[in-house]
Amino acid sequence: MTEFFSVLTDNWQLFRDGFTMTVQLFLISAVGSLLLGTLLGAFRVSPVPALRWFGAAYVNLVRNTPLTLVFAFLVFAVPKLDVNLDYPQAAFTALTVYTAAFICEVVRSGINTVAPGQAEAARALGMTFPQVLGQIVLPQALRAMVPPLVSVEVAMLKNTTVAAGFSVLEAGAIPAYMAERGEPQFYVLLWITIGFLILISPLVFLQRTLERKWAVAR
Amino acid sequence: MTSVLYDLPGPKARRRNLIIGVVASLAILGLLAFVVYRFWETGQFEARRWDQFKYEAVQLELLNGVWFTLKAAGIATVLALLFGAVFAAGRLSDRAALRTPATAVVELFRAIPLLILIFFGYYVPLQYGWPIDKMWALIIGLTLYNGSVLAEIFRAGINAVAKGQSEAAYAVGMRKHQVVRLILLPQAFRAMLPAIVSQLVVLLKDTALGFIITYPELLTVGKTIGGRLAFGLPYVPAYLVVGAIYLTLCGLLSVLAWWLQRHLTRLPTAKAAKALPLTDVTRQI
Repeated sequence: MTEFFSVLTDNWQLFRDGFTMTVQLFLISAVGSLLLGTLLGAFRVSPVPALRWFGAAYVNLVRNTPLTLVFAFLVFAVPKLDVNLDYPQAAFTALTVYTAAFICEVVRSGINTVAPGQAEAARALGMTFPQVLGQIVLPQALRAMVPPLVSVEVAMLKNTTVAAGFSVLEAGAIPAYMAERGEPQFYVLLWITIGFLILISPLVFLQRTLERKWAVAR
Repeated sequence: MTSVLYDLPGPKARRRNLIIGVVASLAILGLLAFVVYRFWETGQFEARRWDQFKYEAVQLELLNGVWFTLKAAGIATVLALLFGAVFAAGRLSDRAALRTPATAVVELFRAIPLLILIFFGYYVPLQYGWPIDKMWALIIGLTLYNGSVLAEIFRAGINAVAKGQSEAAYAVGMRKHQVVRLILLPQAFRAMLPAIVSQLVVLLKDTALGFIITYPELLTVGKTIGGRLAFGLPYVPAYLVVGAIYLTLCGLLSVLAWWLQRHLTRLPTAKAAKALPLTDVTRQI
């Protein structure tokens, strides 16, 4: 049991740096994926066919590609195109590009959950497009959208570990360092698990609370 | 396409949409052209970078990678379905002594990053001097994670069957195991089949994590092929080919899920069970 704790205390710096990087990756990629995903979601519901087509193509392409392949392409292939990304930058880009496809789907299906009658009634009252969107459709869509958005970002937080395979020192890369130091890996992995449970639990709790509170009978 | 967001376009709006459409198409084409130009400028289309795909040995190498990917995915699929069935049964049990541990296990494995689960399978046996095959480390991780998700799908599918069905079955004197086996499962199966198949797409995609523990699956093969100096380090062609293979494999499964969603869940006999949302993307990431 003392060994279990000494694994953490002896290697505190590595754990701290690893999880700091994980949180950084998570925060930056969360903002990036929300922005890109919302833009793509807007494309998918827009009245312009070319934009709808582009959004659909992006989503179907990315959803059927492994995240690890996106990482590998950015880390190994993109430098061959004379575009230089350092490893963390490649990780931010990969996570953003990949997660945005899922955000896009949440946004699209969120808007689709609003009954057409709502917007029709709003238009019948003479509301303008910004009013319809801002006061009628989006507030209702948001209720349906936020819980799955949180789930997607939780999944993205777990996906940050993939960066471990591509020279980013984050939580998933700790075992490889520990293997060199000869630490008992079972304890190391248990500590990483505990770290992720601490990071994820509040988000999952938030998501379930919102889901329960915001569930509206339509 | 009707949308809640805008009226059917009139002549003015149609013209405006056409203009935006043309501008957007040009922007997208411009973006693609720029990418192709970068490829061309850095010599990615040079024959020497693509030459090795003509060799039978390299084609065999790729096929071998596909085989290793499919082998891991296939075994993990079977095990994950079993795991899911057992733990879904546990979670649906009337006994708290079964329900609580089953719930804890499913919740735990869904919260741990898949790569960490794979590391558990890889590093821990190594630590105790019992190194196992990398394929099995990968399969253990895939099974625990996807099995837990499948358990949730099974549970949701059974719970989605209309209440009247089980009430009627109990009323004619069936026992719980009969109700589940004869009444609920056959109806739930139809409703959840599309969701199961789309979870299998996730499993197939996640075999690529085997790359990180150097299991020789498709992505690892891609890196080997791309790293050959004699062919000018053709990483770009290699990953394009590997990506196309992944897209084909996963795309076919996705299309199957979509097809099942359209056909199976619309049959009149499937009405009792509400189809699970295939578009629940929060599971598919």
